[in-house]
Amino acid sequence: MTQQNLIVIGNGMVGHHFLEQLAESGQAANFAVTVLGEERNIAYDRVHLSEYFQGKTAHDLAFSTEAQYAEWGFDLRLNTKAAAIDRQARTLTLDTGETLPYDKLVLATGSYPFVPPIPGNDREDCLVYRTIDDLDAIREAASRSNTGVVVGGGLLGLEAANALRELDLDTAVVEFAQRLMPVQVDEPGGNLLREKIEDLGVQVLTGRATQHIEDGAGARHQMVFQDDKLLETDMIVFSAGIRPRDELAREADLEMGERGGVVINDHCQTSDPNILAIGEVALWNDSIFGLVGPGYQMAKAALDTLTGGDRVFRGADMSTKLKLMGVDVGAIGDAHGDQNPGARFYRYTDEISQEYRKLVVSGDGKQLLGAMLVGDNSYYDTLLQYASNGLELPDHPESLILPASEGGAPALGVDALPATAGICSCHNVSKGDIVQCVHEGASLGEVKEMTKATTGCGGCAGQVKEIVDHEMAALGMEVNNNVCEHFEYTRQELEHIIRVEGIHDFHTLLKNHGHGLGCDICKPAVASILASTWNDYVLNPEHVGLQDTNDTFLANMQKDGTFSVVPRVAGGEITPDKLITLGEVAKEFELYTKITGGQRVDLFGAKLNDLPSIWQRLVDAGFETGHAYGKALRTVKSCVGSTWCRYGVQDSVQLAIDLEHRYKGIRAPHKIKFGVSGCTRECAEAQSKDFGVIATENGWNLYVAGNGGMRPRHADLLAQDLDTDTLIRTIDRFMMFYIRTADRLQRTARWLENLEGGLDYVYDVVVNDSLGIGEDLENQMARLIENYQCEWKTTLEDPEKLKRFRQMINEDGDDPYVVTVEERGQPRPATAEEKLERIPAVTV
Amino acid sequence: MHQSDNSWTTVGRLSDLVVGSGVGARYGDRQVAVFLIPELDDQVFVVDNYCPISGVNIIARGIVGDIQGEPVVATPLYKKHFSLRDGRCVEDERYRLATYAVRVDGDAVQVGDPVEGAGAAA
Repeated sequence: MTQQNLIVIGNGMVGHHFLEQLAESGQAANFAVTVLGEERNIAYDRVHLSEYFQGKTAHDLAFSTEAQYAEWGFDLRLNTKAAAIDRQARTLTLDTGETLPYDKLVLATGSYPFVPPIPGNDREDCLVYRTIDDLDAIREAASRSNTGVVVGGGLLGLEAANALRELDLDTAVVEFAQRLMPVQVDEPGGNLLREKIEDLGVQVLTGRATQHIEDGAGARHQMVFQDDKLLETDMIVFSAGIRPRDELAREADLEMGERGGVVINDHCQTSDPNILAIGEVALWNDSIFGLVGPGYQMAKAALDTLTGGDRVFRGADMSTKLKLMGVDVGAIGDAHGDQNPGARFYRYTDEISQEYRKLVVSGDGKQLLGAMLVGDNSYYDTLLQYASNGLELPDHPESLILPASEGGAPALGVDALPATAGICSCHNVSKGDIVQCVHEGASLGEVKEMTKATTGCGGCAGQVKEIVDHEMAALGMEVNNNVCEHFEYTRQELEHIIRVEGIHDFHTLLKNHGHGLGCDICKPAVASILASTWNDYVLNPEHVGLQDTNDTFLANMQKDGTFSVVPRVAGGEITPDKLITLGEVAKEFELYTKITGGQRVDLFGAKLNDLPSIWQRLVDAGFETGHAYGKALRTVKSCVGSTWCRYGVQDSVQLAIDLEHRYKGIRAPHKIKFGVSGCTRECAEAQSKDFGVIATENGWNLYVAGNGGMRPRHADLLAQDLDTDTLIRTIDRFMMFYIRTADRLQRTARWLENLEGGLDYVYDVVVNDSLGIGEDLENQMARLIENYQCEWKTTLEDPEKLKRFRQMINEDGDDPYVVTVEERGQPRPATAEEKLERIPAVTV
Repeated sequence: MHQSDNSWTTVGRLSDLVVGSGVGARYGDRQVAVFLIPELDDQVFVVDNYCPISGVNIIARGIVGDIQGEPVVATPLYKKHFSLRDGRCVEDERYRLATYAVRVDGDAVQVGDPVEGAGAAA
């Protein structure tokens, strides 16, 4: 089948969602996809744009990368604008003059901020609030300003006002209507909202129409209102609503709405079936949907239109839940009650706590048609479920908005919801979808990953967690966190048993607390717990059978059965003599050498029989084992720090070496990596490590639970400006707490994500010693450090242990079936075909 | 097991074995894996050392244990399980290890022919 040319104009949230869905549908190969983005940034999270002012970067907000688009096979052209559509020729002309043919066109051009036609609105420092570039301009202008005004008291206006406030400007909001957020709240709600906003130090002017803007006396501008009153300000941000970016469609003579917007049908097709429109540019049933959830639903419907699926767009719930300047505002369904004749109201106002709630119910009092909340959104989830699922209201509906302490009805528990109840409207995730994930064994983090719930506007986060928790509890008898069939305990419980009962070997544990022979799950898990509790030599007779192959042979087995050898190079610092030794050993034993990501040298292709001789050479030259084979500390990566680098503010290499020698050999639930950077430029990439340390002028910042790999995670800042002793004490406690409580093979990142209470809880335990176990954790760590030994040195001293390092007990020499060939001047394992040419087929 | 005395081959001493784990040994033109399981009255099991999944002689390096009471060894590269009794792969019936008759004579560990019915992978 030949590919169709598909052009997507616009790379905002909805356009990106469409492309992501296309890539995941497995149908992308049927299309040659070109994506045009007017901005210089790839699609980013506009819903959380204000976080840009709280320290998030464009990178943090981005939904994807150019590399990802390339991998999907999409031709992404940023900084590129579409100029004209020729529907007859089916071509699209770009602002560069280039012309592209299309078979299908998707308009995802979104909207632009409406700037009221006020004389003077184009003066300097009169800005809008829509893109990352806009925010940069606002920040720049704010740096030269003392006062700022936002024109528009709606959702986006209040967000912009908050941004100005956080940029330390004296801020005012000017709204044409008689109250703030006129779309979402009524007059009593608006009054209350105004009080709360004013309490935050923002001036609120309602019922004001700006006539013109001119030079101010004490500030750059002054705004003149209809009653000739004046307001002076250094900068103005217009946030008076949005308008669809529909000029392309208009010029192409597509059917348009009276007040703008490209008319679409349920399949998101415009009046030209080859042209689809999604998101804020599209007009369905005479409505523009300015929320991301409906936009995503349109994206899915459009995709199905192109690929023969059956999803359509039939409108969407416009209920919203917001937190503006810390003030909760919620509007559900027919919040004003003006769309349902005969509707009746319940209202609750509390002027002391500044809360306002309203229910709109059907004439018979049985159905919830809408609701309005100001001040406390904890009522939102329950009310939304009543409204959107048509659940019959309880006898006294007012109990749903009365404070619980006054005998109100308990919130509608998630168990009362039907499986079809929609939870995440952005990604169309039902309660049933979430429940199914939990039944398949997914954790909260995995549920989010699998369903994408909470990753759109994030409004459903609380409810998703509640469902997951509830479902897990409900499965109580079935959910099985037991290590394996031989122990009816979790890893954490086994750790506790071993530590409290002082058990030193697997046999005793199995006899007293388990059954059967054990297996390749529980044996290494228990070996790890024993090692991180007592730190005995792992090849002692009672431990050797528990170890994974790599631990057994103190080396990493590769796919051809040979091993790789990684000596410790603490902090990545190595002398020329030691480098020479590594080279000599590699040459003598015909090893392939490669530099690792952890600033060490990996020697591949070592034969089992050679391992002791290789290590004898290395130990003689002063090397120690690097524990690359163990679930243990791997490396402490460092930059050169203040010793050599003009930017360095602390000696990162010395700290890295000290940390590596302190924690080397300690077994943990999974491998542990460290990074130490000598300044904020972060050349050691410490924030991608389990423990990241970054030098400051005053000491060290400690980051925890970072991760690279399949699901990267930036580390969280745990504590700042620590002196070295405090830093080490904090790491001691954190690491030991992780070792005690994590699941088997759970990295710090996943552990922290799944830990109830998350970072705040760990901070409490580790820094505030809220459980009173700080000293205990430190003592256990001290014991482990005291009992460190280089396992290879110990092994080389014991002829009995060396017996195991033989391919065959009754024959000297290596496995004859291991074959290498040369590539780029080094050996590598022979492929199956190459093996056949060199050795007779293996007899089995 | 029906073995005549002259068909037993001594592959090593009891002291060559690792308690609760395996070692490799030469048996004719094959490599075999020899396991000593203390929890099963020090029973010795002998299977092929060649792992048909990875194509490498590494079965002896696997962890031994049981699945629902069946003694097994886990292959160290791809973590599949083979029965020590009949060599069948628990997860994938296409794979099977040959199992061998074994006896301990004094301290000599002696291996005999592959056990009837077991053999190379299908």
